[in-house]
Amino acid sequence: MATFNLTINGENKQVDVDPNTPLLWVLRDHLQLVGTKFGCGIASCGACTVHIDGTAMRSCVFPISEVGDNAVTTIEGLSENGDHPVQKAWLEHDVPQCGYCQAGQIMSAAALIKDNQNPDDKAIDAAMNGNICRCGTYTRIKAAIKTAAKNS
Amino acid sequence: MTVIKTTYNRRSFLKSSAVVGGGMLLSFNWLASCNSPQPKSTVKPIPDNWFELNGFLKIGENGLVTIQSPNPEIGQNVKTSMPMIVAEELDVSWKDVVVEQAALNTTLYTRQLAGGSQSIRKGWKGLRMAGATAKHMLKQAAAKQWDVPVEELTTKEGVIFHDKTNKSIGYGEVASAAAQLPVPEEVALKDVKDFSIIGSSRKNVDGHKIVTGQPLFGLDTQKEGMLIAMITHPPAFGMQLKSVDAAAAKAMPGIKDVFTIDLFGKDQARGFVDATAYTKLVVVVGNTTWEVLNAKKALKIEWEKTGEHSVAMKNFRGKVEKKKIPGALESSDVHMSQMKELGAKLAKEVRKDGNPDKAFKSAAKIIERSYSAPFLAHNCMEPMNFYANVTADKAELIGPVQTPEYMEKTVSERLGMPLENIDIQMTRMGGGFGRRLYGHFLLEAALVSQHIKTPVKLMYTREDDMTQGVYRPAYYATYRAALDKDNNLIGFHVRAGGIPEGPLMANRFPAGAIDNYLAEDWSVASNISVGAFRAPRSNFIAGAEQSFLDELAEEMGKDPIAFRLELLQRAKEKPVGENNDYDANRYAGVLELVRDKSDWGKDSAKHLHRGVSAYYCHNTYVAQILDMVTISGKPKIENVHCAVDCGIVINLDAAKNLTEGGIVDGIGNALYSGLTFKDGLPQQSNFNNYRMIRHSESPANIAVHFVESTTDPTGLGEPPYPPIMGAVANALYRATGKRFYNQPFMGDKDVLG
Repeated sequence: MATFNLTINGENKQVDVDPNTPLLWVLRDHLQLVGTKFGCGIASCGACTVHIDGTAMRSCVFPISEVGDNAVTTIEGLSENGDHPVQKAWLEHDVPQCGYCQAGQIMSAAALIKDNQNPDDKAIDAAMNGNICRCGTYTRIKAAIKTAAKNS
Repeated sequence: MTVIKTTYNRRSFLKSSAVVGGGMLLSFNWLASCNSPQPKSTVKPIPDNWFELNGFLKIGENGLVTIQSPNPEIGQNVKTSMPMIVAEELDVSWKDVVVEQAALNTTLYTRQLAGGSQSIRKGWKGLRMAGATAKHMLKQAAAKQWDVPVEELTTKEGVIFHDKTNKSIGYGEVASAAAQLPVPEEVALKDVKDFSIIGSSRKNVDGHKIVTGQPLFGLDTQKEGMLIAMITHPPAFGMQLKSVDAAAAKAMPGIKDVFTIDLFGKDQARGFVDATAYTKLVVVVGNTTWEVLNAKKALKIEWEKTGEHSVAMKNFRGKVEKKKIPGALESSDVHMSQMKELGAKLAKEVRKDGNPDKAFKSAAKIIERSYSAPFLAHNCMEPMNFYANVTADKAELIGPVQTPEYMEKTVSERLGMPLENIDIQMTRMGGGFGRRLYGHFLLEAALVSQHIKTPVKLMYTREDDMTQGVYRPAYYATYRAALDKDNNLIGFHVRAGGIPEGPLMANRFPAGAIDNYLAEDWSVASNISVGAFRAPRSNFIAGAEQSFLDELAEEMGKDPIAFRLELLQRAKEKPVGENNDYDANRYAGVLELVRDKSDWGKDSAKHLHRGVSAYYCHNTYVAQILDMVTISGKPKIENVHCAVDCGIVINLDAAKNLTEGGIVDGIGNALYSGLTFKDGLPQQSNFNNYRMIRHSESPANIAVHFVESTTDPTGLGEPPYPPIMGAVANALYRATGKRFYNQPFMGDKDVLG
């Protein structure tokens, strides 16, 4: 066990855990931030995507000991009131079906449009291919990302 | 206008009861919880008093309406669409509606189950009645107050009007008085043409919570004192637990206990929701997920072969039968040889019209093709999980399950606890697809909590989930067609089977359209557990049949749509045989609609490789045209045109979304997905080796068109899924010149060939 001082969604948090604990389980079990989802545990589905220092990362394989001073943003901290352009576009296109993978999809999409304000289909595919949606909302996600990019 | 009785399923739909507290309540014995509504979707504040008019709705003094959504939500969007039906008949503004997930209540609601695409179809009448009855009572209360005949009153968006006296009053203001009135014996329903909420597009009521990451799913459950539990099941079908050495695991940090559970009591007969191959499991319980995951890896377990054995199963009529389970450790290559062998032999005749034997003997040409598809794992994105708090006299169970009513009975029998002491609460589900019809994980959570005397959240890892079983069976079908010397279709033969059950739908099209028809069924026993998977049986046989019809049309020199319409014309005018399970008019209707909407046969579509397919299942008709291009040998799906006849559409954009999802899912399974076995061991265990369709492989455009209809609505969760596999196969043929018979058509490959 070791103590880690973290910056999560702009707040300082302290946890006492095994240094190998993936960030995902620190968020879900220790900080009660359950918006970040568990899907595969091996960085193959993207459900657990968060931003570490602004970059989309899979929290299920990211050890807490590697987080260091980097700011962590989860779906709960993406915006104050759910009004990030990506979240608004998701609602406008009524993207979710079951909704389970969507936090991860939104975090990947938000990281994409931060770096690319006009992503084409190819750029979207490249950024989003690691996020599985079993319900098959891919076409809506693509449309929502384009709307979000336009409005950001 | 339709007038309907307010008794339903032989019991009164609505009842009055005692006055409670300060409000006038017409209530039932159920928990009237008042969850906070979504911040953005409602304008009115939460009222101080709610007046329950029936089990589906309550009205606040300010006119805000809470509508209960009775059925489990698995992503099919019933939590929005079912309350829309109530709101329509109640005649309120949708912005004044708050939706809650109803509690499991078998006396109040009729079918709290997500399965068979039946929620809307079976809920339709009751939901309309709930809204219409409440509206009638509100009007009666206003009529009494104003001393005018109730017939002279009209309503609009939560307000009652009396035009003659120019009076109006909001629902909230008469809700208290209305709640004291007796329930009318019959009520009038709206005309379809007067619908304003049904048929419009309303956003997912959980949308805001989903995009902001609020707790909604079973796995998000957090309770005071709750521990985390995980199970370890045998690694292979045909294996069982022999012994476990838990010493190392028990000594690890955060671990509370390691023990085994038996899912069923001795001689406890299992029902259909109890499907599982693994009935004795090793359980690790600890403080946190990470600690339990590590301890699970430290278990030293010995497994042994089960050998052939039998289990007591309850059939649908409740009769107990012994079912023999084979003991062999099965492999996919052996499965394929077994299926080929049985596919070539005479099998059980299920339907025969005319004289197929004679037709094939006299044929000038016989075309025979065989099709196959592998086992599939459901792979809901939210792995199986459940929360349980079992004490000496009570079981509180919270989580994702499609069959809460049935699982309540299983738990009651296993724990020896009366049904009324068991409370199952439904959470939003991270996918269902049929997987959560089988709630062994709920039972496991209950047994773990009972054993350790603590609330627990049981969760599966992805590997536990994918290798647990309850798969879509492996299927195989052989089709034969007899053509006479003039190339007329004179005989049709389908012989289909599977492991452990076959996909045959003997009375579906093209049965009824061909004079000489034979359908045969076979199966191979297996110890691999299977279950319903989005459109069971149809999810294979549709694609096989529609690929074969495509090849047949080509052989006969006919346009594939014209050929199907010709067969349907025959089925309309002079149907062959009995019990034909489809309406040829509606079937033809979707084919014509998709043809007209897609520029079929026009020059503008010449550059596209197009595959057509149509199918009927779960009371809904679907036709699809898939447009493919190939780029450096890689198939790219440009468009999918889809026509659907599901009767009245409730929530238009959500219905399109669900249809799009079925299409994407079907393309993925046709091209990429499959689960194989070696010596009983699943060869895929996570998303690194089980291929799922991803963003870049999804169609660029999907256009969904609904047949305009005033017919009562049917479901959409399943019907758009099966036919697309035929459309994929037929488009692949046009793109490559090669027919594809064995799913997944691409598997691990990225390039065709």
